[in-house]
Amino acid sequence: MQASRLIVMKRRLTVKWEDFVLAIRLLERAQIWIAILLLPLAAFMLLPLVYLFNHAFKPLHELFLFPPTFIVREPTTGNFAELLALSESTIVPVSRYIFNSIVVTFLSTIAMVVTGAMCAYPLSKHPFPGSKFVLGLIMLALLFATEAVAIPRFIVIQSLGIMNTYLGHVLPLVALPVGVFLLKQFMDQIPNDLMEAAKIDGAREFTIFMRIVIPLVNPAIATISILAFQSAWGNTETSTLFMQEDAMKTLPFYMSTLTSGLANSVARQGAAAAGALIMFIPPLVVFIISQRKVIATMAHSGIK
Amino acid sequence: MTGNATALSEKRSSAPAVGTKPSISRRIHGLMIEMWKYRLSYAFIFPFMAMFIIFILIPVVAGVLLSFTYFNAFDFPAWRGWLNYQNLFSQDVVFLQHVLPNSFKFAVFVGPVGYLLAFLLAWLISQLPSTLRTWYALAMYAPSLSAGVAMTVVWTVMFTGDRSGYINSFLLKWGIIDKPVYLLLDQDYLLNIMIVISIWSSMGIGFLAILAGILNVDKQLYEAGKIDGISSRLQEVWYITVPMMKPQMMFAAIMAIVHTIKSGGIGVQLSGSNPTPNYAGQLLLDHIGDYGFIRFELGYASAISIFVLLLCYVLSKFFGFLFAPKEDE
Repeated sequence: MQASRLIVMKRRLTVKWEDFVLAIRLLERAQIWIAILLLPLAAFMLLPLVYLFNHAFKPLHELFLFPPTFIVREPTTGNFAELLALSESTIVPVSRYIFNSIVVTFLSTIAMVVTGAMCAYPLSKHPFPGSKFVLGLIMLALLFATEAVAIPRFIVIQSLGIMNTYLGHVLPLVALPVGVFLLKQFMDQIPNDLMEAAKIDGAREFTIFMRIVIPLVNPAIATISILAFQSAWGNTETSTLFMQEDAMKTLPFYMSTLTSGLANSVARQGAAAAGALIMFIPPLVVFIISQRKVIATMAHSGIK
Repeated sequence: MTGNATALSEKRSSAPAVGTKPSISRRIHGLMIEMWKYRLSYAFIFPFMAMFIIFILIPVVAGVLLSFTYFNAFDFPAWRGWLNYQNLFSQDVVFLQHVLPNSFKFAVFVGPVGYLLAFLLAWLISQLPSTLRTWYALAMYAPSLSAGVAMTVVWTVMFTGDRSGYINSFLLKWGIIDKPVYLLLDQDYLLNIMIVISIWSSMGIGFLAILAGILNVDKQLYEAGKIDGISSRLQEVWYITVPMMKPQMMFAAIMAIVHTIKSGGIGVQLSGSNPTPNYAGQLLLDHIGDYGFIRFELGYASAISIFVLLLCYVLSKFFGFLFAPKEDE
């Protein structure tokens, strides 16, 4: 049983390898040169990431070895244990931060995608009075760096009374102008005839939106999901400003408390490395799964 | 939108009292009917616009108002007029001597250099066959996937001040220096290190947009170009690729501006203190953080924020002027 599976696997591998060789043969000379030229650059770009993976599994004595090593020699999961142990001594366990992060990221990603798609649809297909003005506002808000008006936002959150709640994490992130913008560009390319036909068949606005528009802009939805996921997962602003209780803060915030002032200190290096890896893996996985759709979306989102 | 609607209904109720301008009231009536016809559209945009107004529009407006006051987060804001702005440009030595030059240098290197690099890389990658292209694109995009916080771990260890830091270790080995340098605490190096890291992580969504834009250009155009006498690849890029993908380049430019402005905080993360040592890595956003959340001079910090927003706007207009489709094209 296992032998046959091995053979199948091997065959798969060899087929892939042949494909690869074929692909190389088909390359033009210029393409080969470009590929070779870019190889060191790609390696350079990936170097810190490779390092991130290795660093997280290094035992303490390897972390401070001189000369420093790049690849881990005796991999251990000790750093992850240290990260957990470190938080046991404090009031809030790290699992709570991870839980908060997951809840916040999940809720805000969904909220961002749903509200963004709903807003983009009438902007693209129904020229209601004031739609140009709304679109202009959203275009302008593309430039908006939330950090620049952190103070009034703080006051708004305070007066809404949603400090130290999950709402305080999620709501400020919901308005994602880039999302509306990309979706609107994408919906512009859906022919109006399609929707008129549906209307003649008796479909109501909501049905058209759910059954026709959303499936057609699926790649754009995937892209927005990734953008939303990334911005929510890495966000420290809501934790820093709007959450005073430690139990409500998220993983990236906890990471930033671990890492600040790390440059010349020995303590907690291992735990920080482990935490950094935990921070990095989810966005990477999500992106690898859906990267084809992302690139396809970008190609058709021309601002024309 | 709600503000707009109430304003309209007020006008409508006051219009019959005046009685002399029936055309205006009729026009408003017509508009109301029109708006009622599109009530479903308003319902669709409502959730987003509500959040947009509460968390983006109101803060910006409030920020503008606060920037004219003295506000310490406890007492009621006291009106100060243009004083905050006057102080910002005449009294604030740190701002004028460190923050502005730092931000300018940072923006010039990370913005345009990162942008050109993104275009160059995207063009090179687009020349490759599709399997290879995917992997190279992933390699270039991966750094921007990592949340900033996570990466500071890697970078701080790379630039650690004793001999166990990678950079120090290599420099020692090659005999360029003879004792370790406190890279992240030294004002000569901090800003440059920040620039390197930011360029490294700047191949984000803008880069993908450019790559897709290049791939999307109709291949027939290149053939037509060849017939019309385009001889080199460079000419091809300049006369066909760039004009055809202006929308994506515009999008990438806007993203580049926002990314550059948002990169504040990286110096604080690396050196572990705000203000950064000798203000070496102090950027606009760190200055806001310093005044807003350490000294609690919120009015003054708001004035800096408004300056940042205006700067963003002017820069985007400039890029828009560069890349917007011209009338004759």
